[in-house]
Amino acid sequence: MTLSTPLTAEVLPAGVDGFLVRFSLTPDPVAMTAARRFAARLEAGAPEGLSEIAAALVSVLVRFDATLADRSELKTRLETMARETVQGPLELPEPARRWTIPVAFGAEQGPQLAEVAAALGISEEAAVRQICEADLRVLTIGFAPGQPYIGLMPEAWNLPRMAQLNPSVPAGALVVAVRQFVLFGAASATGWQQVGRAAFRTFVPEREPPMPLLGGDAIRFAPAAWDEIADLAEDGDRMGGARLEVLR
Amino acid sequence: MTAVQISRADGILTVQDMGRPGHLAEGLSRGGAMDRCALLEAAALLGVNAPCAAIEMAGAGGEFSVTAPTRIALTGAPMSATLDQEPLQWNASHLVLPGQKLRIGGARAGVYGYLTPAGGIATDPWLGSRAAHLNIGIGRTLAPGDSLPVGDDPVPERPAHGFVPDARFEGGTFRVIDGPHTALFSDEVLEAFYTTAFRRGARGNRQGIQLDADARFTSAHAKGLASDLIGPGDVQMTGDGVPYILMSECQTVGGYPRIGTVLPSDLPLVAQAAPGVILQPRRISLEEAIATIRSEAELLRDLAGRCAPLVRDPATIRDLLSYQLVSGVTCGDDLERV
Repeated sequence: MTLSTPLTAEVLPAGVDGFLVRFSLTPDPVAMTAARRFAARLEAGAPEGLSEIAAALVSVLVRFDATLADRSELKTRLETMARETVQGPLELPEPARRWTIPVAFGAEQGPQLAEVAAALGISEEAAVRQICEADLRVLTIGFAPGQPYIGLMPEAWNLPRMAQLNPSVPAGALVVAVRQFVLFGAASATGWQQVGRAAFRTFVPEREPPMPLLGGDAIRFAPAAWDEIADLAEDGDRMGGARLEVLR
Repeated sequence: MTAVQISRADGILTVQDMGRPGHLAEGLSRGGAMDRCALLEAAALLGVNAPCAAIEMAGAGGEFSVTAPTRIALTGAPMSATLDQEPLQWNASHLVLPGQKLRIGGARAGVYGYLTPAGGIATDPWLGSRAAHLNIGIGRTLAPGDSLPVGDDPVPERPAHGFVPDARFEGGTFRVIDGPHTALFSDEVLEAFYTTAFRRGARGNRQGIQLDADARFTSAHAKGLASDLIGPGDVQMTGDGVPYILMSECQTVGGYPRIGTVLPSDLPLVAQAAPGVILQPRRISLEEAIATIRSEAELLRDLAGRCAPLVRDPATIRDLLSYQLVSGVTCGDDLERV
């Protein structure tokens, strides 16, 4: 990772009962690491009076109960913590949990895998190997309940979004762009390229928990044949063979 | 269990309560009633100590009946209501008996009306809330033939009450505070935004409401912004500079720049603005905004203090003679006889 610009942290009012702690305006990889480290630290020991902590790619939103927390004290505290985060070390925190998620790559389940591999100048097999060997984390969850943004792949994977929208990818589609993956919870249009498909569903209202993935979770994709994935899709809880290890 | 039965649905009817907060990190927004104030008003009228699940009626109501005597409150956008053809006062609580037909017509002003039974709609909660969140498949729109369970009324003997709400059904000024993206807009754009009288646009639903004007409000920094956490009240500018106010069912993250955030206390006014109504943003400082903050418990207490027993005008009572008009009439010699 290279530092393009010195990282700064801003603590900005977000509504009457919140602060946004922002490490960059753009999706800068170092700022992503900082936001993740900051969120992990807050989750481990939150100042009193916080009602909600939610991390986006390069920012963390903190909501507080004004009857329990003093606004200016909380702001000072968050500024100090953010400054310490910026000073480093800026490595991803050790994950507390790791998911292994079976995915069928290529062919009908990954119609753009060949294009992605060609853009990288490697074979489809090598592309799948790189995906399945990468040290990936849930960077944030959003746009739909439980739907993860997963990254980051190596710099070579900084693939642009497609000029033409993919009008519809199915639920469970694994799509890639800008060094990140999205695992779609429901059928969706996307400008990202579909490289695979999982039987794991990120949001099932009647399942406990309905939204199993958490920001910061480590993710490992495990290659599987499509008939295996199709069998896994039959299970009632739609976990699709996803396995969770609690690491600490 | 007592039930509210729906025999006709003219508007878009859903069950709504105060939503399910606390799941932003999992990508789930709070959801819940578009006009939270109307649920507080219903609780105050019914004399219950917390807002409960209601039927939210967008645009118009329908036809309802109950399986046991049920106190209800009618709040939010005023709609014409009758009970067996007798007009019912809006912003009031009433007793509905089995066999009676409660008819709720179209909104006379505003958008969202609320029918709240005193025990609350008691459908199965999901993540602590009964609110329908249609765009993620939670709950559904109500239809004729639906029967919704109702919880026990904690104060069934309480007489009908009414009150006069603050005006919020014809648009007007809504207050906005700066947010994390305000500095991405030039002073000229900010000035233009805050001097524009918008019309509530044609596009609007539980996710967001479009503000219509000839002018566009763009930011030079819009391109390449990392998507960020968003919430109800945020005023975001789409790619072509059209403002949308995010509402209760908005997504949790978004990539558009946001010029500011509407005060929570002014969101009911925005929600209740019908298409074409004038909405005028006013920028206030964070300090001013903080000074206006009231907890929902405080708001409920204030509203309860404004409710008074309904006094019916005898001229509007058709079967006047069936009422016991005077009680406690005696021969006048009781004191002497004691």
